[in-house]
Amino acid sequence: MHGRPRKAPKPEDTAASAAKAEKLRALQSQLLHNHHNQIYTKEALEISAKLLEANPESYTAWNYRKLAVEHNLSQSESDPDTVKSIISEELRVVENSLKQNFKSYGAWHHRKWVLSKGHSSVDHELQLLDRFQRADSRNFHAWNYRRFIVALKGISDEEELKYTTKLIETNFSNYSAWHNRSVLLSHLLQNKVKGFFPKEKVLVEEYEFVHQALFTDPDDQSGWFYHLWLLDQTVKPETPLLVSTWPVHGSDIIVSAEGCLDGRALSPFTSFHSDAGTFPLILYFNEAVEGVNSSTVTVKSVFTENKDLVWKPLATSKSCAAQAWVTHLNVPDVKLHPSTAYPIEVNLGDSQGIISLSGSHCSHPSRFAFTVCVQPLSSEHVERQGVEMILWRDVNFHFYDAHIQESSPIAYFDRLSIKKDHEPAASKWHAKTLVNEIALVRQLLSEIDCKIGKLTLARLLMAHDAMMSYMAPHSHKKVHSEEVLQLFSDLMELDPMHSQYYKEAQSLVLLQQVTSNRESLLKHCCHHRVSTSSSVGNSVCLRLNNLSLSRIGCVEQLLWVQMLDLSHNELRSIDGLEAMQLLSFLNLSHNKLSSFTALEPLRLLKLLKVLDISYNEIGAHPIDRRRYLCSSPLSHSVGSDWNFNEFVPDDAKVTNYWEAFAIFRGFNLMQLDIVGNAITDEKFKSFLIKVLPTLKWVDGEELH
Amino acid sequence: MDETPSYPPIEPTDFDLIVVGTGLPQSVIAAAASSAGKSVLHLDSNSFYGSHFSSLNLDEFSSFLTSQSAVSSSHPNPPSSVAADAADYVALDLKTRPMYSDVEITSHSSDPLEHSRKFNLDVSGPRVLFCADAAVDLMLKSGASQYLEFKSIDASFVCDADGRFSTVPDSRAAIFKDRSLSLTEKNQLMRFFKLIQGHLASSDEAENDSNARISEDDLESPFVEFLNKMRLPPKIKSIILYAIAMADYDQDNIEVCKDVLNTKIGIDRLALYQSSVGRFPNALGALIYPIYGQGELTQAFCRRAAVKGCIYVLRMPVIALLMEKESRHCKGVRLASGQDIFSQKLLVDPSFVVPVLVAPSQPDCMPESSQVINLVDAKQKVARGICIMKSSLNPDVSNFVFVYPPRCLYPEQVMAIRAVQIGSNLGVCPSGMFVLYLSTLCNDATQGKELLQAAIKSLFTLPVSGNPENSSSVHSENMEEVKPTLLWSALYTQELVMGSFESISSTSMPDGNLNYNVLLDATVKLFHQMYPQEEFFPETTSPENFEDDDGLSLES
Repeated sequence: MHGRPRKAPKPEDTAASAAKAEKLRALQSQLLHNHHNQIYTKEALEISAKLLEANPESYTAWNYRKLAVEHNLSQSESDPDTVKSIISEELRVVENSLKQNFKSYGAWHHRKWVLSKGHSSVDHELQLLDRFQRADSRNFHAWNYRRFIVALKGISDEEELKYTTKLIETNFSNYSAWHNRSVLLSHLLQNKVKGFFPKEKVLVEEYEFVHQALFTDPDDQSGWFYHLWLLDQTVKPETPLLVSTWPVHGSDIIVSAEGCLDGRALSPFTSFHSDAGTFPLILYFNEAVEGVNSSTVTVKSVFTENKDLVWKPLATSKSCAAQAWVTHLNVPDVKLHPSTAYPIEVNLGDSQGIISLSGSHCSHPSRFAFTVCVQPLSSEHVERQGVEMILWRDVNFHFYDAHIQESSPIAYFDRLSIKKDHEPAASKWHAKTLVNEIALVRQLLSEIDCKIGKLTLARLLMAHDAMMSYMAPHSHKKVHSEEVLQLFSDLMELDPMHSQYYKEAQSLVLLQQVTSNRESLLKHCCHHRVSTSSSVGNSVCLRLNNLSLSRIGCVEQLLWVQMLDLSHNELRSIDGLEAMQLLSFLNLSHNKLSSFTALEPLRLLKLLKVLDISYNEIGAHPIDRRRYLCSSPLSHSVGSDWNFNEFVPDDAKVTNYWEAFAIFRGFNLMQLDIVGNAITDEKFKSFLIKVLPTLKWVDGEELH
Repeated sequence: MDETPSYPPIEPTDFDLIVVGTGLPQSVIAAAASSAGKSVLHLDSNSFYGSHFSSLNLDEFSSFLTSQSAVSSSHPNPPSSVAADAADYVALDLKTRPMYSDVEITSHSSDPLEHSRKFNLDVSGPRVLFCADAAVDLMLKSGASQYLEFKSIDASFVCDADGRFSTVPDSRAAIFKDRSLSLTEKNQLMRFFKLIQGHLASSDEAENDSNARISEDDLESPFVEFLNKMRLPPKIKSIILYAIAMADYDQDNIEVCKDVLNTKIGIDRLALYQSSVGRFPNALGALIYPIYGQGELTQAFCRRAAVKGCIYVLRMPVIALLMEKESRHCKGVRLASGQDIFSQKLLVDPSFVVPVLVAPSQPDCMPESSQVINLVDAKQKVARGICIMKSSLNPDVSNFVFVYPPRCLYPEQVMAIRAVQIGSNLGVCPSGMFVLYLSTLCNDATQGKELLQAAIKSLFTLPVSGNPENSSSVHSENMEEVKPTLLWSALYTQELVMGSFESISSTSMPDGNLNYNVLLDATVKLFHQMYPQEEFFPETTSPENFEDDDGLSLES
């Protein structure tokens, strides 16, 4: 069951198992013979029963028995006694098999199959389950079967909830019982069953219940998991919400083919340059959703007919759910008046269709509007662009002057995320609950040093900060950030096994701190200036370097960023970056990226021109620890139209290049820095130059 | 009075051991000696088994206590006891002394209790067994368990001066469930339990995990100091001391505390409690009780002894000891039937005064005038009480134990009071009735009775004196809690006598504990003194029964 060491078999055991195998083989060949000849006599069935009672994992034997039952039932449909005896014989065989191995998938499945035939009473099943659950209270086969029986018997969720209470009171380390409780409660709450409404009242009782477990034995994880679930129920909106967009509501966008307009300093929020004559529209939700399309989202504009808009999920996985969604609006350059601001309005949430992974519909109608001004393409600009190479040195960056701050690169900061009016009473309850929980966990921590308690406190404080800033965005700062950072530092020391996890959480808090208000964000915003040029470009760079970040977060606040410096951090993954569709210049040098696969989010950034991935660990580890897979053509299911061999030098180790090929294929990079990675050598460089025909500079050298 | 005609003479007349009285220690030794191949004669003057450990119906109970409390005139001694005997030995009158005093049996109802014969009242109550008790192990090992059936005690409480019960959080699950504890208290208590478990686990293994061990200094210190050091709040301290470690005396008051529990013993008691919880799958908690009463235990051992060849004769008083003239060694006993039975070894009931058999150099010194070996503890007695009522003291459960910690009834209360309520489903009373046992150690009968009466007052509505007709309808003034009405009660004070080993050995009286561990330890020791060469119930006695714990039949 649980926590039992495995012992090496003794010689006599080996001999016994050999003898058993011999016996089983004989039974098995008889069974197969009967199976192929469709012999369903009593004797034949007896052989399969013997086999299954010795080896419940024999799927063929179960299937044979199913056929036999079907056959025999069809022969004796009229005689209820015969039917009954056939069914009860099956149940008996399953029960004996389960005694042999109560974790046999085949046996449990067969039992379900027999019961779904009807003809038999399920009353006995609960008693049987009681026995199995007493033998091992966390046997998930038994729990699954229990749910099946409960559904079959029509036992109410309330009854089952009481059963979980009973089991938890017997032993509150029973994680399965807590889990089943959460499943049942979700259902009861969702359906607003009598006695389970309002949700707040029920959750308060549940908090009280789980507190008993947390305080009695803080080292036991079961209660904490349930607590985490409760916390989720408390803070998570019931339906998916749109949290931010690009362009932001109320903004006036200038779309041009060239970022530099008459020397005017333009806000990065408002100006956007496009080669392709399109500009992106990004929706960012609080959780991954499906079903964003032209019928669930309406875009009113003069540029593109709504029905022609194609929405794409911004996700590296193949699922069709994502937190961020993008569509591209065409800007037909000729017909439009240069100085006219064309209004665009976006509506969603009016009709159902946008669904979270848990199946709830986005039901809050959201509307945002902005204007677009089109700057016609000028030929000189095109020429000038691309002459200079981007250097990421500190001397190239200049902080904003105080007076320019007023004139607002971040004037739209407060609109970056969408605030919604919550039901005030509910919000008050949420805040009160969080405050209460925080106090209790502090009380516990004053008694005892406990890892999971500290983690929970950190989570609660973060949730509280998030909620307060959500309710009062202008006044509230992340008051607990420093404490949370300290908690995670403590945890890294206490629990080095999971330090990476804490490190990532810490990175999130840091990023929240940076993006929580205008002043702190502004501290990280710089002008990028080419040293030889005196002109002020509009390239505003968000510099998040040297923060020892190990993951990306708060992307919803950063959708506007076109130039991003993440160098000198500890990034192993850049998941989340795919939502920053405007990114053109990206510095990831001096991080801990260990494979090209880690760069997969970049594939979704169609505007990326300059990429610095120098001084990472790409190629240093033969096995990609992120995926626990060796790279091979088989791990990429991209299509067979690859002309990979054209690019690879004959004597190169192909495996090294597959991943690079899969990532860089189709990029329009102008500048790439890759020096300082284990994989980089001259051969590889020449391979890259072939794959990326648009490259002008590699590792600081101009290509000819 | 002359019982001689009703008995044929006992054959043979020579035994390896004669045991007088069928109390639990005697029965255990009779069974152990029989198992070791000795020929044993087991006698009792009563018509029932068990003596001071028996379970009796109302009438038997009353007459047993009365007979043992009056200064026994005993049986008329045969005249000229010494002279008429055979040449080589003399008979010495065997004297008894009262073991009970201040017996007060009261029927509070005008009608006598119905079905008085359906009661099985424990003379030595309150008593229960811990599942992990040595007594349980012994029953399994000796095979006595096959004659017994147990049920689990449903709950354990601490009681206050108003008769209110609060659960003893004695396990992880109980702490989780108990909403009367604050969250912090839960944490403190569970942490303490874990500390103890860590200590015990590290004692089991080699010294590798020595930081989990409690230091020797702490182990030798008083348990209460250790609890203080662990910063446990008073409420939890009291629960641990009196409801789990079962301390008798007020541990906070060193001046009056005659028995300061040290940490080592305290931890052993906790370990016993915790290893009892869950030993048997059917048992709900730590404690079990034999169906039909504690008297069943002695009978089980007697049956075990009989299987091994021990001969039983009830209703057969022993009137004299037979002493060899020359060596002045014990040679046997003279029965009330007049028959002389011979044996080198003799084990007698504690109510007998065991004389020192003086050496032959002082032939004229009469033994009974000199020292007595099995002395009555003059300083300490145990006061016991039995109450019968028609409703349970706690409406939710019928079988439970509870304790009044010191100072909870009144400030001068120095001793804890232990109590057990047993319902009719354990076969101790007619259905619909409940029996409550109480006991406390005391210096004298007055003190003991005062304590027990205070406890009874807190639990019952006493019928209005002079108007018993209305008694059944009298409720407590506070209408919300209706206390049960007391129908019948017995209060008595029992002497404490420790067993001793001499040429005539004697056994102990029931002590003030809930279980039999101290008594059994003394009994095992006595057996080894009597038979240094023999094993106490060798493993081979009953191969069919001791394989595992399933040998104990426990009704759920």
